[in-house]
Amino acid sequence: MQPIISINGLVKTFPVGNGFFCALNDVNLKLGTGEFVGLVGPSGSGKTTLLNIIGSLDTPTEGKAEVLGHSIGELTAKESAALRNKDIGFIFQSYNLLPVYTVYENVEFPLLLQKMSADTRRKAIMEALDWVGLTNKEQSRPSQLSGGECQRVAIARAMVKRPAIVLADEPSANLDAKNSHNILQTMRKLNEELQTTFIFATHDEKVMQYLKRIVYLQDGEVERDETVNQPNRNE
Amino acid sequence: MLLLRTAFKNILGGGKRTWLNVTVLSFTFVIMVAYNGILDGFLEEARRETQRWETGAGQIQHPEYDRYDMFTLQDAHGVAPLSLQTYLADKSMTPILILQAAIYPQGRFQNILLKGIDAGQNILELPTAKLRHTGTEIPVIIGQRMAGLADLKEGDRVMLRWRDKQGVFDAQEIVIAAVFKTKTTTVDAGQMWINITDLYAMTGMQDEATYLVKSENCPVVSDIDNWSYKDLKYLLADIDLMAKSNQTESFIIFAILLAIALLAVFDTQMLSIFRRQKEIGTYVALGMTPKRVSGLFTLEGTSYSILAVLMAAVWGTPLLYLFAQTGMKMPEVYADMGMGMSDAIYPAYHVSSIMTSIIVIVVLSAIISYLPARRIAKQNIVFALKGKIN
Ligand SMILES: Nc1ncnc2c1ncn2[C@@H]1O[C@H](COP(=O)(O)OP(=O)(O)OP(=O)(O)O)[C@@H](O)[C@H]1O
Ligand SMILES: [Mg+2]
Repeated sequence: MQPIISINGLVKTFPVGNGFFCALNDVNLKLGTGEFVGLVGPSGSGKTTLLNIIGSLDTPTEGKAEVLGHSIGELTAKESAALRNKDIGFIFQSYNLLPVYTVYENVEFPLLLQKMSADTRRKAIMEALDWVGLTNKEQSRPSQLSGGECQRVAIARAMVKRPAIVLADEPSANLDAKNSHNILQTMRKLNEELQTTFIFATHDEKVMQYLKRIVYLQDGEVERDETVNQPNRNE
Repeated sequence: MLLLRTAFKNILGGGKRTWLNVTVLSFTFVIMVAYNGILDGFLEEARRETQRWETGAGQIQHPEYDRYDMFTLQDAHGVAPLSLQTYLADKSMTPILILQAAIYPQGRFQNILLKGIDAGQNILELPTAKLRHTGTEIPVIIGQRMAGLADLKEGDRVMLRWRDKQGVFDAQEIVIAAVFKTKTTTVDAGQMWINITDLYAMTGMQDEATYLVKSENCPVVSDIDNWSYKDLKYLLADIDLMAKSNQTESFIIFAILLAIALLAVFDTQMLSIFRRQKEIGTYVALGMTPKRVSGLFTLEGTSYSILAVLMAAVWGTPLLYLFAQTGMKMPEVYADMGMGMSDAIYPAYHVSSIMTSIIVIVVLSAIISYLPARRIAKQNIVFALKGKIN
């Protein structure tokens, strides 16, 4: 396995009151291309914090987090924005779609930040909408969509640039069982087809069924890290 | 480009609040243009009228003459320098001889300025042809204000008393040959215009003048033999001074209007940065630098003013056009300010002054939008994504 994310001795503390709260404590982790991995643990165990650091939205207090050869925390604002724009897709619990944009425009947004011909862009967007089965909704606005559809738009938006890594923080938390399975199947399929690394933060049983690897976090430390042997759920 | 597109999308998606801001700004903008137009129109008219009725293209004044000091009049007259005689001969200059005199309308005594002017001059608008006469009766022309003050009308006769060159009083009845209508008070109130030839005869001040008014095609632009050349800048100084004081006044009005309009924009900015935390976080997650997001919000705030200008163009253009046709009635007080007065003022819109208004509104709204937006660049993005503000 070729590691694209390598985390060594990662510590993250937050100032609280006069002291510090240690949200991540000496985390060591290596993730490779094409993984479908979940950070699992109770509330407050540091899942989101770890995802944020991998996504270069936050920086390590100590230790090293290398993502695609970039050392998080040592990047300039521009470099880290470029990393997020090109190589990392984000999926949020509450979808975070831009409300004034149509589905098409939401998916288009990350591509507009890149230099890309209108033609290539259009193809990429239609393909991404096809992956999530929303080609017929391209002109809808987020307010006109169901929760499941919104999350599928978010997946299309994360995937449209064909990033190496997708970070999904509780993607199913606002969805019912049927929609949860639907989006996970979609993501699993994309993982297989495009070899995109998916990293989840979750405590949802439904998500766990699909994971190929589970990293258990407890009080900011990696408690267990296991590879799951399971039949391919993607059919 | 992306930022601009996004900014417009966002504010157009902003609903009522956007339109409120845009409307208030566009209102301010139109008022600003209309008010500036009125000021410019008023001043330009005053300048134009004063030139046509009083100053011509410039004046050459007797060394003793001071237009602000009536007492200088007694000595401020003489024969114009020799080198100017050609211009006087070809009428590209015309002499004005001023005397203090008195009239007795209905037995009342009233001081006036008696101004002698060539009946054949064609530099000033004054209807001096009316001063030509064959009989012994001496005609004068007066303005409407003077007619009102002295209760005189065309055809009326009134006793005139003046001093001749030796200082000896003399008196004679004169007849009002015409009452003219002018917007320039300074050739009207308290004065009578008389044929300069008559005045020469009445005073013995043959060929003398207090000052010479020159026409456009008279090339004299400097002092000659102690007679001082006065250009329009000097002669219209009162109007320019008034323009300046009006500018200050209008500046204060706009400062207040603009402050109100900009406060609305500022408030919206503060609110939207507070409310749209998650969106801000999302932009950053999608690959914008926080600086760029703060630029986006600044641009959004600025776009209000751009939309406002467009909106103002839509409803303001016909309105301002109409305003330019109908003009505006000026309050009487302006009539006594010693300068051009019109019954109605017609606004003059200048591209430069409209552009200035646009730039002022756009730049100020950019600044006012930037102030709250710059916080975004310093903000903790993780908090923003959670929808919390720090
Ligand atoms: N900015 C912060 N300041 C102080 N404490 C923080 C901050 N961010 C996170 N924490 C703390 O760090 C710990 C880990 O937070 P994190 O959000 O990573 O948990 P999580 O595993 O994602 O939990 P959940 O499952 O509830 O989402 C929590 O105890 C949280 O209170
Ligand atoms: Mg979390």
